[in-house]
Amino acid sequence: MADQITIQELEEAVIKFAGDSGDGMQLTGTQFTNNSALFGNDLGTFPDFPAEIRAPIGTVAGVSGFQLHFGSKEIYTPGDICDVLVVMNSAALKANINNIKKGGIIIANTAGFDAKNLKLANMTSNALEDDSLSNYQLIKMDITRMTRESITDLQLGMKEKDRCKNMFVLGFLYWMYNREMDNTIKFLNEKFGKKPEVLEANIRVLKAGYSYGDTTEQFTTRYKVDKAVMPAGTYRSIMGNQATALGLVAASKKSGLPLFLGSYPITPASDILHDLAKYKSFGVKTFQAEDEIAAITSAIGASFGGSLAVTTTSGPGMALKAEALGLATVLEIPLVIINVQRGGPSTGLPTKTEQADLFQAYYGRNGECPIPIVAAQSPSDCFNAVFEACRISVQHMIPVILLTDGYIANGAEPWRFPKESELAEIKIEFAKPMAEGEKFMPYARDEKLSRPWAIPGTKGLEHRIGGLEKQNITGNISYEPENHEFMVKLREEKVDRIANYIPEQKIDSGPAKGKLLVLGWGGTYGALKAAVRQLNEEGFDIAHAQLRHMRPFPKNLGEILNNYDKILIPEINNGQLVKIIRDKYFIDAMAYNKIQGLPFFKSELMDKIREILK
Amino acid sequence: MAETITATTEQVLTPKDFATDQEIRWCPGCGDYSILKQVHTILPQLGLKQENIVFISGIGCSSRFPYYTETFGMHSIHGRATAVASGLKAARPDLSVWIVTGDGDGLSIGGNHTIHLLRRNFDVNILLFNNEIYGLTKGQYSPTSPENKVAKSTPFGSIDHPFNPIALALGADATFVARSMDRDPAHLQNMLLRSYKHSGSSFLEIYQNCNIFNDMAFESYTEKSTKKDEALFMVQSQPLVFGANNEKGIKLDGFKPVIVNLEEGASKNDLWIHDEKDMVKAQIISRFFDHVDFEGHLPRPFGVFYQTARPTYEEMMSQQISQVIANKGLGKLDKLIAGGETWIIE
Ligand SMILES: Cc1ncc(C[n+]2csc(CCOP(=O)(O)OP(=O)(O)O)c2C)c(N)n1
Ligand code: SF4
Ligand SMILES: [Mg+2]
Repeated sequence: MADQITIQELEEAVIKFAGDSGDGMQLTGTQFTNNSALFGNDLGTFPDFPAEIRAPIGTVAGVSGFQLHFGSKEIYTPGDICDVLVVMNSAALKANINNIKKGGIIIANTAGFDAKNLKLANMTSNALEDDSLSNYQLIKMDITRMTRESITDLQLGMKEKDRCKNMFVLGFLYWMYNREMDNTIKFLNEKFGKKPEVLEANIRVLKAGYSYGDTTEQFTTRYKVDKAVMPAGTYRSIMGNQATALGLVAASKKSGLPLFLGSYPITPASDILHDLAKYKSFGVKTFQAEDEIAAITSAIGASFGGSLAVTTTSGPGMALKAEALGLATVLEIPLVIINVQRGGPSTGLPTKTEQADLFQAYYGRNGECPIPIVAAQSPSDCFNAVFEACRISVQHMIPVILLTDGYIANGAEPWRFPKESELAEIKIEFAKPMAEGEKFMPYARDEKLSRPWAIPGTKGLEHRIGGLEKQNITGNISYEPENHEFMVKLREEKVDRIANYIPEQKIDSGPAKGKLLVLGWGGTYGALKAAVRQLNEEGFDIAHAQLRHMRPFPKNLGEILNNYDKILIPEINNGQLVKIIRDKYFIDAMAYNKIQGLPFFKSELMDKIREILK
Repeated sequence: MAETITATTEQVLTPKDFATDQEIRWCPGCGDYSILKQVHTILPQLGLKQENIVFISGIGCSSRFPYYTETFGMHSIHGRATAVASGLKAARPDLSVWIVTGDGDGLSIGGNHTIHLLRRNFDVNILLFNNEIYGLTKGQYSPTSPENKVAKSTPFGSIDHPFNPIALALGADATFVARSMDRDPAHLQNMLLRSYKHSGSSFLEIYQNCNIFNDMAFESYTEKSTKKDEALFMVQSQPLVFGANNEKGIKLDGFKPVIVNLEEGASKNDLWIHDEKDMVKAQIISRFFDHVDFEGHLPRPFGVFYQTARPTYEEMMSQQISQVIANKGLGKLDKLIAGGETWIIE
């Protein structure tokens, strides 16, 4: 029997696991991801869950999905469209039918296509039985029944037994992709070690799924996706929010400053709070405030006291923090504000991604209130980006906004993580005590225009700061007309000078001069890179650059923009960076926008670029 | 020789040391002056180094306070002083943190932060300058203005029911709740010292006269002619008495407080004995909040309503951290970054 099975080698594959929120699809996806990572594939993931924790069972609103793209070559995105779609019920099929390749494989749990489930999904006819799926390879299996059968003898309730059915799917896919299952068995042991019956059930069902593939003559093809060639080193799998939390701890260690986080829970930023709350052995203080205003103002208090102070949130919370951002700007104290962007306005699309808070970060405050902005471009890059935001903030005595987004916050990728010894020191010095008779000048400045960080407890440095306009150097309140204009310009200049302390902009792919530059920022990195690389291979004279420093821009950005005939700025918003670039460099940059709560697909970007260059 | 050096470095502070070079901008006659003076008077008595004291304020006339006090200070934004102070105290438990706020700042726009600070019990001192008006914005009614108050924004009288700040603080489980007034320096100094000495959040409401927009709001408690009859000074373990000759007292009739006259046959032994530790009594006496014109009205209490001991937020926060470090050891960054599973690519 085994010799009738052919093994097909693939360079890459995209699998999506979709089911009801309660079907354990996120766990299944994560396990397959870890397995692929440990095996040595490069990969990208895209979890996509409903806004409601417990949306009605069986409905399209309650479908939870996890997409994974893995390969033996470099992978930059979670994949546009899947090769294999696993659907646990009718609603999952309905929600994802436009997301699978023609000719792709659909693995369907027939138990999820009974009359009740079809009705819940508003499907008039059973797609597994009519010929509406004739363009796909349909694999039907009664996962629910087979799961139950493999553990009939175990003393568990039916509900508990049914909860194992995601393991059947996982086992089957491990078989399909020729995988060892050790990591999942180890994971199950850790998770259910205290509940031997549940552990036994999960492991048995996992193995049942695997042997189902092995013993049923139905399946003739298995797949193999080889290890990717990646730079040598030690890797782990990382999600964006995890990387942000780690980067903050690293910045705290490297600056010698205690870390304080003031935060109020909000999707998709809460995981940063959750992670940091665990890191008490690093002396991290997390404060779940009563609202976002208290979150940021408590961080301002902690910063005044000499902590590396941080606040994390998403768009609506950012709106509430606006007034305090102005305060931090006038106080000229360090503060890192992290906005994990989601779809807006208002509550918007809480679980979906968007890049629509760039204007908010640039302009969203009263008065002239420039704040430096840093953006992260991939899950692992959140580590570097937040480390950089912290560095700028404490060295320049200024609040810094870090923009990430729901897509990279929850996406995962392999990460060749740094060693502590490889991370740069963040040098800072608090103001020194004053000798008797000397007068401390809280707004005296150095060449960066940065003022002293004078923390309470230091003799002779007693001083008062506040939101009223100040006189330079003395910090005294001043309503002088010329002083206000001077201070507004000075605070702007202070932001601009940061450009002297950040790296120059690099071209990520493609030639240094050419027909078109695709300029992106933030989480679109992978998709833009993948599209441009492929078009480069096809012979197009185009390049890609991704901005890390959104304010100020790197000094050479203007020069770079002049090296291309055309500039295309794709964004997951209605055109924000493009307007800032047009304004600042007076160039005719083109916008390309997608505002669907979804990341870019490589294919749509390629189509757009081809169209422009026609 | 060595002794003289110690003597000069261990300098003794005086109220003058707490004055700044900034010109004070309050209206002449404003109650804020007296409060500033009493605070400057008690600060040298605390045995603290000047650099270890921080005053944080919000926005309002009262919130100008830090500019006039030679310590570390922050004049933050409207309503948020309590939140700024929470973060500072969490990060720096070693500092003596004082919050200056107004009835608008601390009970209207910042009401949320005030109650949350109190329940968390940070060891800070809240000085709530209650003038029953918005001073800085030139005279709108505030959340403590009485009903029917005619102010700029209520030309036909206010229809807002006012907050009872003391009852609110008790409701938020504050561990120290007291009231004083600008016009009684000795009492105010005493209450400031008690606030300072309390470990945990101290909520001190200070009746403050705004002579420009709400003059005489507290007249009946502060004027010599009426004070004795209208203000009830609570003293620990002493019966509640008031009146020109302390001839009147408060007696509990079940849960109902009634006024009795000692000169007309009532016995001192039957009077309510003030007990700051008694939450039930504190709840009752906090409700002595009716107006002078009210029939059978009760005098307004001043002093400490309630004090209890509860661990402070910052202590517990630090303890949790030390506990985790004691159990797991100091965190190792390399280990943290590596996480659970890793693999090597050659
Ligand atoms: C966000 C915001 N809203 C409104 C104001 C205007 N404002 C300043 S102080 C104040 C009220 C102050 O009243 P209170 O706290 O009682 O202080 P007082 O001036 O009476 O001492 C208001 C409404 C402001 N500064 N900021
Ligand atoms: S307006 Fe009232 S509260 Fe403000 S300074 Fe003048 S008198 Fe004092
Ligand atoms: Mg007031």
